[in-house]
Amino acid sequence: MSGTHQEPNYMAVFYSLAVLTALEIGVAYMRFLPLLIMGLALIILALVKAFLVGMYFMHLKFEKRTLGIIALTPLILCTLLIIALLPDLTGTNRKSDKAPVAQAQHDAAR
Amino acid sequence: MSHATTHAIEPAESPLTPESWGKLGMWVFLAGDAMTFGSLLAGYGALRAGSMEWPDPTTILGINLTAFMTFLLICSSVTMVKGLSAIKHGDPKGMRNYLLLTALGGAIFLGLQAYEWTHLITGEHKVLFTTTGGQKSLFGATFYAITGFHGAHVTGGVIYLLIVVMNGARGKYAAENFNGVELVGLYWHFVDLIWILVFTFIYLIPNPS
Repeated sequence: MSGTHQEPNYMAVFYSLAVLTALEIGVAYMRFLPLLIMGLALIILALVKAFLVGMYFMHLKFEKRTLGIIALTPLILCTLLIIALLPDLTGTNRKSDKAPVAQAQHDAAR
Repeated sequence: MSHATTHAIEPAESPLTPESWGKLGMWVFLAGDAMTFGSLLAGYGALRAGSMEWPDPTTILGINLTAFMTFLLICSSVTMVKGLSAIKHGDPKGMRNYLLLTALGGAIFLGLQAYEWTHLITGEHKVLFTTTGGQKSLFGATFYAITGFHGAHVTGGVIYLLIVVMNGARGKYAAENFNGVELVGLYWHFVDLIWILVFTFIYLIPNPS
């Protein structure tokens, strides 16, 4: 960042991060929440914090847009990775049950 | 003559980061490093979702201690930007003090992580690579791999910060020459950013009840 643009208000970013962290802890202790809602809330809070750190502390807001694309690449690739892993997420337990049946059907067909 | 030829071969300015090529290099490195952390976390998620049994992290791991560690890293990120701001305003002493505070924050973080690990390895509710029944514990393996990899980054960051402080003591940085400080800042904030995600995925997200 050169002198052409003014410094962001770092303390405001700090207070936001502190409040968001306190919120995270609060949500984590609300055990009565359904897992999906709690998980989504926690992930959104974490992404907002990561966004604040990237935009203001790492100055992405003041950089050329293409640099932001470099910064976003791992996020996009990791999203694709998670999608690629999805079939494995539920598969491990079921495969052991289904495999012998599938093998038997396969043998019968022959 | 040869000087001019060198310039013709290599453009003096990075198109994305006109300040320095080092900054572009740091961003590319951080993007690659983020991919490593992302793969570790995605692998963690896949193993956890695919496991029949997974210990509930919120009951086994100490959330309050790690919440404090998170807060500590956020504070050290603030001292980091303050240090960069100081050198931009031509204040090398202020920069040195803020960078030393940042390194101290990182060192305390590492101390707390060592305390936490000791507690988990020798304490009442052990987290190891095998369960007490002798079965493999993916929870322990992934926990130590990811928090350990992050801790190694913090260790590297503290060393990196101290090197920048030493360079600063030799008068390397000034109001119009702060690139080295900005680069260590980028690395340090990245380590903070990764911890924010590690904290959520490893410590906070509970098991289905």
